[in-house]
Amino acid sequence: MGEVTKLIHKYLRHDKKFPHVWCPGCGIGIMLGALIRAIDRIGFEKDEVVLVSGIGCSGRLPVYVDFNTLHTTHGRALTFATGVKLAKPSLKVIVIMGDGDAVAIGGNHFIHAARRNIDVTSIILNNSIYGMTGGQSSPTTPYGMKSSTTVYSNIEQDFKISELAITAGAVFVGRGTVYQARLLDSLIEKAMLKPGFSVVEVVAHCHTQYGKQNRLGTAVEMMEWQRDHSVTVEKAATMKPEQLQEKIVIGVLVDKALPVYQNEYEKIRERAKATIGR
Amino acid sequence: MERKNQNQRKKKSHQKELLLQGNEAIVEGALRAGCRFFAGYPITPATEISEILSVKLPQVEGTFIQMEDEIASLGAVIGASLAGVKSMTATSGPGFSLMQENLGFAIIAEVPCVIVNVMRGGPSTGLPTFPSQSDVMQARWGTHGDHPAIVLSASTVRECYDITIKAFNFSEKFRTPAIVLIDEVVAHMREKMILSDEEEIEIFDRVKPTVPPEWYIPFEDTPSGIPAMANFGEGYRYHVTGLTHDIRGFPTSRSDEIGPFVARLHRKISQHFSEIQRAEFFQTEDAEITIVAYGCVARSAKRAMIEAREKGIKVGLLKLVTLWPFVRSAVEKVLQTSKFLLVPEMNMGQVSREVKRVNRGMAKVLTLNKVDGTIITPEEILNRITEVS
Repeated sequence: MGEVTKLIHKYLRHDKKFPHVWCPGCGIGIMLGALIRAIDRIGFEKDEVVLVSGIGCSGRLPVYVDFNTLHTTHGRALTFATGVKLAKPSLKVIVIMGDGDAVAIGGNHFIHAARRNIDVTSIILNNSIYGMTGGQSSPTTPYGMKSSTTVYSNIEQDFKISELAITAGAVFVGRGTVYQARLLDSLIEKAMLKPGFSVVEVVAHCHTQYGKQNRLGTAVEMMEWQRDHSVTVEKAATMKPEQLQEKIVIGVLVDKALPVYQNEYEKIRERAKATIGR
Repeated sequence: MERKNQNQRKKKSHQKELLLQGNEAIVEGALRAGCRFFAGYPITPATEISEILSVKLPQVEGTFIQMEDEIASLGAVIGASLAGVKSMTATSGPGFSLMQENLGFAIIAEVPCVIVNVMRGGPSTGLPTFPSQSDVMQARWGTHGDHPAIVLSASTVRECYDITIKAFNFSEKFRTPAIVLIDEVVAHMREKMILSDEEEIEIFDRVKPTVPPEWYIPFEDTPSGIPAMANFGEGYRYHVTGLTHDIRGFPTSRSDEIGPFVARLHRKISQHFSEIQRAEFFQTEDAEITIVAYGCVARSAKRAMIEAREKGIKVGLLKLVTLWPFVRSAVEKVLQTSKFLLVPEMNMGQVSREVKRVNRGMAKVLTLNKVDGTIITPEEILNRITEVS
């Protein structure tokens, strides 16, 4: 067994009924691998990690790994994560969401968790489609593309998840694609080490639904597209906006410091206790 | 003599005489029960609960957070409970509707939590500042799927305190959400209430696993139907999901696992009905007419009963404290002894439907429904009684 395989097996739940639900060629497994490598590199104990997810293909991720795992309702993962974190701040809370989960049904929770600077890491798999339900358009389906609910053409503009996170106040925002697995390792590691609300947007393909409906080829061809359209943050800074059309800017997009909710709340507790008996 | 005085002083220091609103008593009850996490969203007529807990929870190492909506509020409450902290939210009808999705999650994932719904008239924004009892059925059937429900009501400020503690105890014991359902009159009315530190109040904490983690079966069937609950971060790593799951917590689509699981969710409540169901009988032994009432209407009903008795009409009162599971045996008891049952309610007839369902021709069931935002007065109940007597 190779070193990487050994490492993955250390974290998998072997009493869980495999095989997993994902299609052959799916990018979610790459994201899971990156997450496991990052957790192992940091050295978090399994008992201190809480992995929370919403609903959809990405929502099935936590069940396969040996942490405290919580598969919540659609779009609400961040609200559950907020409760877990504030009730027991010593826990390391990581939230896995899809694009529909994070910015459609859960959009309100997403911007508010970012604004509050709740100390959780959000990893968002953005494959531009609702995969599990059969390929309906999502808020990240680009204009002009097809889905099973936009068979003529998608007439809506798409959300840019990372930019939305930045505007909402996330203190760390990174973006990578499943083609760049090692970049994902490093982005997820940095995000988990960052105090406050951190976001890693993982651009992925859904060849089964989105790729098929838009004739984008196989999983491998879609990953090659990711490779050919990725531009690092450093390089993007030297490019004109029109040159960045259809490009995926990858790397650390934001890394800043803001007061973290649980630390601020601890100060509130001190102030509140000082008022007792007054 | 001096010693006696000292004792008296000592006793007094343990006893607090308070003038409280129902909403304030709910806060006191929650804190006494051990609630240390609250997430909520402002809504009339429940807002005082949030405001007061925002002051008091941080004083006792607890946490208060105002969320972006009621969906998020219950989500955070469930998360905090999974991490091992007794948790609560409070809302009114429209917010309660938003909570129904996560309420179902708490039921299927068996997460203890308490939800207070201070009712307003509806549908929709309806009558935010007026009393109503129109969420009795929402509290029972609001969330989707087959599920049991525990719903408690109160007609006095002291009862608000008591049933909030009960709600926490039931939720912890049976690993299920418990709902405190009160009306605006009881929530905002002020009454004297004596709180004593020495008073023995039973506080129940969830049963944790005692086996080593590798032996722990998180959703195991037990004689009580209630599996032991491990908190996140205490060494028992397990999976919590809203999907139908097997005894280990993993999603299943096997019918031989689904059937027993859903049956257990119901059985763990139904085999403890006698413990959960509370009702009070007032002069029902010889009553020809028994009023069945709850919340603020039970107060008017009691007055009407006294006045009717003064006129020589034999009237009794069955006051419901537990609304769900429906107190069938208590209602059957008065159905057998009374000629008439009168169910006055500030809705179009929600508990009266249940009374009629269990009646089976034993007595005549009368209704008195009011949905104009005003309370049902003793006179109105008395008039209805004199119509039939």
